[in-house]
Formats: sequence, structure tokens, C-alpha cells
Amino acid sequence: MSALGKAAITGVGMSDIGRNTGRPAIIHLAEAADRALARAGLTRADIDGIATYPGKAENSPGMSPLGTGEVRNALGLQTRWHSAVPDGPAQMAPIMVAAMAVLTGQARHVMCFRALTESSSQTAGRRASIAGAGKAQIGGWMGWLAPVGALSASNWAGWMATRYFHEFGMTREHLGMVATGERRFALMNPAAVMQKPLTMDDYLAARTISSPLGLFDCDIPIDGAAVVIVSAPDAARNCRLAPLEIEAMGSALRSQETWDQRADLTTMGAHDAGADMWCRTSLGPRDVDVLGLYDGFSIFVPMWLEALGFCGHGEAKDFIAEGNIGPGGRFPVNTGGGQLSGGRLHGFGLLYEVCLQLWGEAGARQVANARTGVCGMGGGFIAGSMLIRRD
Amino acid sequence: MLPLPELTRENTPFWTAGERGELVIVFCDDCTHAIHPPQLLCPACQSRNVGPRAVPGTGKIYTFTVNHQPWIPGMDVPFVLAVVDVDGAPGVRVTARLAGCDPEDVRIEQGVRIGFAQSGDVWLPHWHLVAGATA
Repeated sequence: MSALGKAAITGVGMSDIGRNTGRPAIIHLAEAADRALARAGLTRADIDGIATYPGKAENSPGMSPLGTGEVRNALGLQTRWHSAVPDGPAQMAPIMVAAMAVLTGQARHVMCFRALTESSSQTAGRRASIAGAGKAQIGGWMGWLAPVGALSASNWAGWMATRYFHEFGMTREHLGMVATGERRFALMNPAAVMQKPLTMDDYLAARTISSPLGLFDCDIPIDGAAVVIVSAPDAARNCRLAPLEIEAMGSALRSQETWDQRADLTTMGAHDAGADMWCRTSLGPRDVDVLGLYDGFSIFVPMWLEALGFCGHGEAKDFIAEGNIGPGGRFPVNTGGGQLSGGRLHGFGLLYEVCLQLWGEAGARQVANARTGVCGMGGGFIAGSMLIRRD
Repeated sequence: MLPLPELTRENTPFWTAGERGELVIVFCDDCTHAIHPPQLLCPACQSRNVGPRAVPGTGKIYTFTVNHQPWIPGMDVPFVLAVVDVDGAPGVRVTARLAGCDPEDVRIEQGVRIGFAQSGDVWLPHWHLVAGATA
């Protein structure tokens, strides 16, 4: 990337998220876009590229109600480049391809977006995030899981957690530290959907979803949208805020694209992507001030910590117990409350929060002098990671 | 009602061999690599000379989870979903619904044996704990 300069994040926006908001996805999206443009000091006329993950999807209720077409139409955008990426390094994919697009001159300012209405969809009598439910037949990799009853990602994450517990002696209490720590952050973020304290007793007493994972190990379906604007190096300099340079990205994938075939299920695609990212920069984990790690399920957080080298394989339970990742820790993770307490914007909310931190806009939860952040998106076999920094 | 697998040229042997009470896995006839999910060519040597072979129908639990949440109407919970290392097919794992066991009794490394139940045009596997086979 160095030969071409560095792409930069110049604006982020999030809509007024919530549970069962009753607001259409496109209204959430337009609100997030307005806020991202205002932060960047740009107008709609400056946006000449658009990207999303996965694109409009009908197979899982509320999971992705908007494609690039609807958003271009609704916002009246005229673009030189557009892309929806269903097969890529997880939810990070559109931001990565946007970085490549601006560095190769396809566009100057790319609006990357993610919109979900899983909460409204669920309230309407359907269960969110259950692909294939209600269908007579199912193909693809879900065709190996759903017919025998492994319908939910909580089942697949449960497999990883059971094996990880078995090999490394992790317990429910360690995951409880992740969940309660993120809740303490959420209490400092007025936009987080969960605003009541969560104690370890609350966590342990909650019903089991798919062992060893309980209710508070699972993220919260919401309605909302987030927008991340990625700009070319020269274009970024004219924006309102200091550009957040994309220092390095990683998207390696060294196992089959199935949730059960990876040889070592105490690792994820994250481990491949993380190693790939660090080989593209002279920076290392010690240089990181703030982290956004995918927490669709709590178990992903320790796995991402290891994947990105913040501790060794099997050491995350101690790293967490030592207080590294919660409020006041050396490596604070998901300072906006994460998806477990803030609400599930499918990775985009985590990157949004890291950006706020690097711009010093994180209010009561601001990490002092945060300059370098890392974000890892995805669980299971897919992952993308990104290192960003403010000069 | 759970969705049934969409049958393809690749996966039809796997989902229909239960009629004969067999678990079949696709192997490469040139390099012996076991291929799962099944493919029309060997990822190891690129041979097209691949085909299904019966394996013993036993395996060992690599990991498992006990699902407690009824994700769709009529789903009986709890039930056990395991990932099973398949005997006779090195490196191959299958997603396995356990039947007829108390979830409290399931352990990693336990031995399991396959059984089948017809549903539409496929024979869905389910797996039973093998008594006394705990490693």
C-alpha cells in the first residue's frame, strides 16, 4: 500500500439505533450518512463511490435489507464505482475494497455502509439470523448444518467455546468478564442499547442458549445503520477531521469456508487475517491504544485477542482476568459497549467506536491520547482486520 | 420443520447412502485424500478421479454444544450438536446431531456411532454415544 500512499477513514456516522424502532432501514441509513458526511465536512456530491457487505440479502430476516442500488437511489448519489461484497473478509470487506478503490483512482470518497433491521424483523414473528428457517431445502455450507439442527451461529460458536474451555481451562466466568466489562462501557455510552448494569451474578444466572454460551454471551439484534467514509490520501487532507490512515489490513484465509472443518477450532479465520495484517506494518500490538473486536458471541473476543497477538494461544483467559480489556485497562476492547451491550451493527459499530476514540469524540469513555486502533471483524472461518492511526 | 439439504451431484452420495445404513465420504482414488464437504476434484492433487467410499460409521467427538433455544416453531430442546472426527477419513469432520442421550453425559473424545432416519428423499444421520468408548 505504501507505494500508493495510505487510504484514510475521514468520517463515520451511526443512526439512532434501537430495538424494534419501527423505522425503515433506509431512514436509518440516511441518518447515518448525514452524520458521517457532517463529521467529514463533505456533502453527498463529494461521494463518488459506494460499498457494502453483503448486499441486499433475503435469506435471513433483517440481516441486510439494503443494497448499493437502493442507497444510491435514495441518497441521489452519482458514483464512479460501486461494490457489494458477499464473499470477502467478513464485514470488513467493503471497507477494504474501498481502500483499494481510492488508491487505484476508482473513486475519491467511498461511502461504506451496513444497515440491519433484525430487531423489527424478529418482533414481526421471525427469528433474526436464522438463515434457511422456514425453507424446505437449503444449499451451500448451511446445507451441512441446518438439516441436522445446527441452525444458529450460537451453536457454531458454542462448539468453539466448548473446545477452547476443554483445552485451556477457560470458564464461564472469563466470558462473564467480557460481557460485564462491555456493559460497563455501555453505561458510559448513551447510544448503547443496554443501559442497566450487568453483574457477574446476572450473567451466570441467565438462561443457556447453546452451551457453554448463555443469553449475555450473544449480541443484541437491533435496527440501525452505520456509515464509514474511506477517502484517497490527497482527498482526505481536505476533510474536517484528521484522516485516520489505514496502516495495514489483513484478510488471509487458510482453512475451508465451513464452520466445522477448521483443523483447530480454538482458532478462527481471525488468526490468519491477524498474522497477515501485522506482516504489512512495522507497528505491533504494543502500539495499539484501543481495540474493536468482533463480539457476535463473547468467545470471539478472547480468540481475536490471541489472533492479533495481544497474548499467546490459550492465554486470553488470564489476559482478560488481569483487567486488560475493560474500562481502565491497557488494551480496552469495544469501548462503546460492543455488540453484546451496544447492539449488533455487524462489525461496523465496532469500527465506528474505534474511530470516535481516535478523534477524541468518545465522551465519558474516551481513552486518553488514543492514536492507534485495531479492528477485527468476523467470527468462525471468515475475518478481516484493520489497523488505523491518527498522525 | 428443519430444511432438508439441497441435493447436488457432489453431496447426493452423502445424504442418500443412509438407505443402505452407510456413511460415505468422498476420497481421491489417486492420492487417497479424504474430501469433505465433497467436491468433484481433489484439493490436494487436483485429480478428477474421486468418489464416495463407505467408512465404518464411527467417530469421536471433537467438540459439542447443547442447544437450549427453540429457533423455529416445534423445535424440541435441549439437544446435542457435536462435531465428530470421522473414523477412516483422516481430517474429515461432520456436524452430528446426537440422539438418545442425556446431554449431561456427553464429553469431548467420546466415541459415537451413526444411525439414519429417512426424511423426504434423504437419509439424515444421527449419532449415538458408544458405551464405554470414552478415551
